[in-house]
Amino acid sequence: MTSNAASTRTYSAGVKEYRQTYWEPHYQVKDTDLLACFKITPQAGVAREEAAAAVAAESSTGTWTTVWTDLLTDLDYYKGRAYRIEDVPGDAGCFYAFVAYPIDLFEEGSIVNVLTSLVGNVFGFKAIRALRLEDIRFPLAYVKTCGGPPHGIQVERDIMDKYGRPLLGCTIKPKLGLSAKNYGRAVYECLRGGLDFTKDDENVNSQPFMRWRQRFDFVAEAIHKAQAETGEKKGHYLNVTAPTPEDMYRRAEYAKSLGMPIIMHDFLTAGFCANTGLANWCRNNGVLLHIHRAMHAVVDRDRHHGIHFRVLAKCLRLSGGDHLHSGTVVGKLEGDREATLGWINLMRDKFIAENRARGIFFDQDFGSMPGLFPVASGGIHVWHIPALVSIFGDDSVMQFGGGTLGHPWGNAAGAAANRVALEACVEARNQGRQVEREGRDILTAAARHSPELKAAMETWKEIRFDFDTVDKLDVAHA
Amino acid sequence: MTEIQDYPSRLRDSASRKFGTFSYLPPLDADAIRKQVGYLIARGWTPAIEHTEPAHTAGSYWYMWKLPLFGEIRADAVLAEAAACHQAHPDHHVRLIGYDSRRQTLGASLVVYRGKPV
Repeated sequence: MTSNAASTRTYSAGVKEYRQTYWEPHYQVKDTDLLACFKITPQAGVAREEAAAAVAAESSTGTWTTVWTDLLTDLDYYKGRAYRIEDVPGDAGCFYAFVAYPIDLFEEGSIVNVLTSLVGNVFGFKAIRALRLEDIRFPLAYVKTCGGPPHGIQVERDIMDKYGRPLLGCTIKPKLGLSAKNYGRAVYECLRGGLDFTKDDENVNSQPFMRWRQRFDFVAEAIHKAQAETGEKKGHYLNVTAPTPEDMYRRAEYAKSLGMPIIMHDFLTAGFCANTGLANWCRNNGVLLHIHRAMHAVVDRDRHHGIHFRVLAKCLRLSGGDHLHSGTVVGKLEGDREATLGWINLMRDKFIAENRARGIFFDQDFGSMPGLFPVASGGIHVWHIPALVSIFGDDSVMQFGGGTLGHPWGNAAGAAANRVALEACVEARNQGRQVEREGRDILTAAARHSPELKAAMETWKEIRFDFDTVDKLDVAHA
Repeated sequence: MTEIQDYPSRLRDSASRKFGTFSYLPPLDADAIRKQVGYLIARGWTPAIEHTEPAHTAGSYWYMWKLPLFGEIRADAVLAEAAACHQAHPDHHVRLIGYDSRRQTLGASLVVYRGKPV
């Protein structure tokens, strides 16, 4: 049955099965199609093909009943179609459905529009019990319509003059309650001790105890003095996340006027419209953009419902950001090693091949779009550095909040301890040593020249975070 | 736990100035430098030598010593050029860099001779 046949061009009101129109197992995927992989948990009694077709329909052109205006267009051209179904390893209650969408369905450069379609109404659809968007293949033709990271890894290295190692940061604590002047003190101490960056915590916006303008002023003073003292470039992620776009841009403009190299945004709570606009502003104004991901675990942690983080990471790369939090594998927050390697590759590489062992369902070609720095942050300290260097490599930012500020001698000593430990691990790696396995020896040797590192190692040696991961990759049970 | 120590960095003390990767470690000895040269050559990067007065480490451009050593894969030859640069400018910082032409960045950048603080 094709749409060109005269019989289908007559209007016949009523409800058709979705699979009649939206299930096409012989469909040849086009290079320009946007592809999606959903994990579908259907209601009892709903056939897989019907559930998959329903998802394709409801996330593209379809609705629950035939309407006469369907006949005014060529729905065969515009519709999404489910083209493949696969078992989920180790989980019989659900299955993967692959859906292809023609590129014409999406406004150019609009992650907002892509998500409104793919994760819109369809997620509340009654015929399915749960639905998770596991991966999206953005066609290169669509990638080229997006601005992407304002600068990217290589340009950031040149701007910040940092080469041959991961960058080091620290989130200032306590998260809330410091005055602007005391906050600037904490920033200054970290930066003079050897960190490259400090960071506003995500919920630091412009509260009564510390308005944004005073925070920016004192942080700028801290950065300028630390740069003069150490001779190295420094930055602080000034959080410009704000209640309105107008406030957001006002804060960004002021950061730029102070000569600050980097600002910060929360892309999920603020939304992709605000984020894409701010990324464009950053590109036009030469200011780096650090991206925090508050709210991601609400969306990505459930194995059966929501959006996988690898999709959020791809969307952010297209929307724009120079850094994105990735999880640490080894710290206090969720994330297993192979899955994390999967999405940090999606942040950094030009081309990422399908790799089910890392949860990557499609080849993804980013063409000429720059990559961004994954940021490892949360519950990490000097003892984690050998593993972090092995897992993340040079193109990453390692952020030690408590692991800097909690040093018994203060922030500057904590920062120096981290910097010494990092440089010792990079040196050892370059010598061909197995840094993860020999971590204790490498750090112990480095501490002989660094009393700050020695004190840090004594403070934190017993801390471990070895809870089991909730969101695991789908693998067959042994 | 040892007693709290002061952090000794000062604006007026030029010894407080740092200069990128490995500047928080003690100066690398000859064997350690040779290993870093071996690493950057093994990665396929092009070695190059730069130098500057210790008072002027800031900024993107140090003085280039001759030209990058295109195609050089002998660590000894690279070390000899660094030594020649140091001999010509004994008070300068001398750094070894590794141009990564594929990614258009520096894969490595490390000071191999530390000049006299001013």
